[in-house]
Amino acid sequence: MTANRMFTTVDELAARIPDGATVAVPPDYSGTAMALTRALIRRGARDLHLVAVPASGLQADMLVGAGCIGTLEVAAVTMGEFGLAPRFSAAVKAGTVKLKDATCPALHAAIQAAEKGVPFTPLRGILGADLIQHRDDWKVIDNPFNDSDEADPIVLLPAIKPDVAIFHATLADRDGNVWIGQRRELMTMAHASRQTLVTVEAITDDNLLATDKTAAGTIPALYVTAVAEAKQGAWPVGFLDEYPVDEAHMAEYMQMARTEEGFAEYVARYVRAEPAAAAAE
Amino acid sequence: MTTSTDFGREELLIVTVARLLEGCGHIAVGASSPIPGSAALLVRERSAGATKVSVLGSRKNNFFTNGGVELFDCAAQGRIDAFFLGGGQIDGQGNINLVGTGDYPTNQVRWPGCFGSSYLYFLVPRVILFREEHSRRVMVPKVDFVSAPGVSPANHYRPGGPHAMVTNLALFDFNKQKQRFRLVSVHPGHTAEEVADNTGFDYDQPDEVPTTPGPDAETLALIRGPVAAEIAETYPRFAERVFPGAVAAA
Repeated sequence: MTANRMFTTVDELAARIPDGATVAVPPDYSGTAMALTRALIRRGARDLHLVAVPASGLQADMLVGAGCIGTLEVAAVTMGEFGLAPRFSAAVKAGTVKLKDATCPALHAAIQAAEKGVPFTPLRGILGADLIQHRDDWKVIDNPFNDSDEADPIVLLPAIKPDVAIFHATLADRDGNVWIGQRRELMTMAHASRQTLVTVEAITDDNLLATDKTAAGTIPALYVTAVAEAKQGAWPVGFLDEYPVDEAHMAEYMQMARTEEGFAEYVARYVRAEPAAAAAE
Repeated sequence: MTTSTDFGREELLIVTVARLLEGCGHIAVGASSPIPGSAALLVRERSAGATKVSVLGSRKNNFFTNGGVELFDCAAQGRIDAFFLGGGQIDGQGNINLVGTGDYPTNQVRWPGCFGSSYLYFLVPRVILFREEHSRRVMVPKVDFVSAPGVSPANHYRPGGPHAMVTNLALFDFNKQKQRFRLVSVHPGHTAEEVADNTGFDYDQPDEVPTTPGPDAETLALIRGPVAAEIAETYPRFAERVFPGAVAAA
């Protein structure tokens, strides 16, 4: 039997993400592909348009710090209880990344519009928030189905169709089907994106579509471009039921990333020194 | 019912927030919110099944199974009665700023971002502003960035908005017609003068400002028993710090 060409290494996945690509990522609680993020930094990716669905944390902070990001489209960049995102804060102050600030449901809705293949979607709320002043790609129209005499303004958002979605998942099978459980935003991202590149904790010989128990939480290989096995692939971020956040490491990152020099030292120690083969297993 | 005098700061805040949640069918609690989460679980504990609670980040106490979008869809369907928002800055018209200080986009101090506030503030009927720090750097005359406005023109679709604000010093409610906060009560150990000194905007207040009542003994037992045990699942370090013996016993 011919080997399934969907399976590759983490660094090979990073090589498939071209400079300037629009890249969709999930929040830190939903399977962040950190091994792949380190590979992207090693490959020297530039001018990425990172779309968080809907927020990001360490992943965005490291990519910003390493100069990989041109545009950040996010509802938030948060390191949670560890404090304010250091490289993100510095880049905002220096004006070195273009910001497209959004609100969580706007990012979900715009990705869902791409999933449906429609050019835009309406969303309630947002009116009167300063976000609108800074988003010339958002429009406000009068609800066309409004039958009252008074205007009913509503925000329209253009669909976001990412070039690539990247995330980490628990399990893939030999056909490239990927089990995500109830993290449904990953399914939506895969449906909406041109390519979906996934790292997984493990690969199973069972077919994930064979029973409803696993099929209900599985992204079919139809939507998956390539898969690489990466044990601990979300580290140091926590990963669902598999492992908690590495608090000591996060504290070390927060300490080192306070300055540009410290961040460079972090990258040298934990990103460049990471053997590509080990990252791919 | 006697009011216990032996309660902590967090326990006062929990019971104060819980009073604002009475009668809610479904309360949702966002990230990094152990005190609002405990308050919601206290209301659920006393509701005999009438109140449901979704604590984001919890496995057991969370009704959402459709990914990150479900909280927002659920709010738009009118299925969430109460939610909590904070803000690095809050002003007297109820505007909140989660983006940063100084001029956008090159903010001098950048906070994480708007999260869902620019949406949920419009759609959830009882939004409770919960911000422990009560100082002039938080309670400002005018926010530097409006992540979500406190009030909207009459023709804007807005079933939701600010219902009350709870801080380390006091409880306020919000009058939508007057577009102003009103000081409802001051927490034990603090004064109305102290609240005024630490607030950068004008608000209404009664001639005699009452003291926020603490929890009675029965409520305190609920907080330290079942509520502490439930919140520990999502916020273990908070539970250990605030309810030391209670969690170990549960």
